[in-house]
Amino acid sequence: MSSDNDLHDQMIHFDPYGKKLGMWLFLFTEFLLFGGLFVVYAVYRSMNPEGFHLGSAELDLTVGAINTVFLLTSSLTVALSITALQKGNSKLAINLIMITILFAFAFMFNKYYEWTMKFEHGLFPGMEHFNELPVGEKQFFNLYFMMTGLHALHVIIGAILLLVVAWGIKKGTVNQKRYIYLENGGLYWHLVDVIWIYLFPLFYLII
Amino acid sequence: MSEEHSEHIVSYKFNILVWIDLLIFTFITIEIAQFDFQALTVVIALIVATIKTLLVGAYFMHLKFENRFLQSVVVGVFLLFIAVLILLFSDYLY
Repeated sequence: MSSDNDLHDQMIHFDPYGKKLGMWLFLFTEFLLFGGLFVVYAVYRSMNPEGFHLGSAELDLTVGAINTVFLLTSSLTVALSITALQKGNSKLAINLIMITILFAFAFMFNKYYEWTMKFEHGLFPGMEHFNELPVGEKQFFNLYFMMTGLHALHVIIGAILLLVVAWGIKKGTVNQKRYIYLENGGLYWHLVDVIWIYLFPLFYLII
Repeated sequence: MSEEHSEHIVSYKFNILVWIDLLIFTFITIEIAQFDFQALTVVIALIVATIKTLLVGAYFMHLKFENRFLQSVVVGVFLLFIAVLILLFSDYLY
C-alpha cells in the first residue's frame, strides 16, 4: 500500500516526458534563431557568390575539419554517457561527460586560435583591412563572426549545463531511474553539434 | 506508439557505429568539395549535412525511439523552416 503511494507520488511530481517536450520546444526556438541567420546567409551568398568564395578561401579548412571531428566525438561521448547511466554505471557516465567537456575546451581553443588569426589579418568587421574588402567578402566575414560566435557561446553554455548534470549524477539526483536531465543536457549538446554540421560546409567548403 | 518515457537503451556499440558513419560523411563532404559541380556543390554539401543531422537526430537524440507526436512536431518545425526558405527564394529570385 505505502509503496503504491510512493510510486503514485513519483508519478505526480516527476514528469520526464513533460520535461523532454519542454526541452524540445526550447530547441525549436534555438533552431529558428540560427535559422534566421542561415536565411540571411542564403540571400547574401546568392547575391555575392564571388565574395563568399574569396572569404571562404581565407578560412583554415584543417582547423574546421578538426573541430568537426571534436564536436562529433563529443556528441558520441554524451550519447554513451546516457547509455552508461541507463545501465546504472554512473561513474562511467560522469567520466564520459568530463571527456565531452574536454572536447568542448579543445573546440574553443581552436576557435580562439582561428579568430586570433583573423584579427591579425584585420578581418574583423570594422578593422582597416576589412573595410577595404569587396562587399560580398564583408558580408561573409560579418556572418562568419556572428554565426560562429553565437555557436561558440552555445558550446560554452552546453558545457556548463553538462557540468551541472555531472554534479547531479555525483550527488545522486540524476540516476538510473531519473536520467531526464542528462538526456536534456545531451539534447542541447546535440543541437550545438547539428548547427556546426551545417556551419562547417557553408563556411569552410565553398569552391 | 508508446505513451511512456523512452526506455529504449541504445547500446554502446551502436552509438559508436553511428559516430563512425558521421566521420565517414564528414570525410565525404570534404572530398566532394574539392571538385566544382557549380550550383550543385552547395546542394550536395547540404544533402550530406542533412544525412548527418538525421543520424544525430534519430540515434543520438533518440528521436527514433520517441512517440509519434514528438517525432511529428520535430519534422514539422524542420519543414516549416524549409517552407520559409522556399517562399523567400520564390519571392526575390524571380
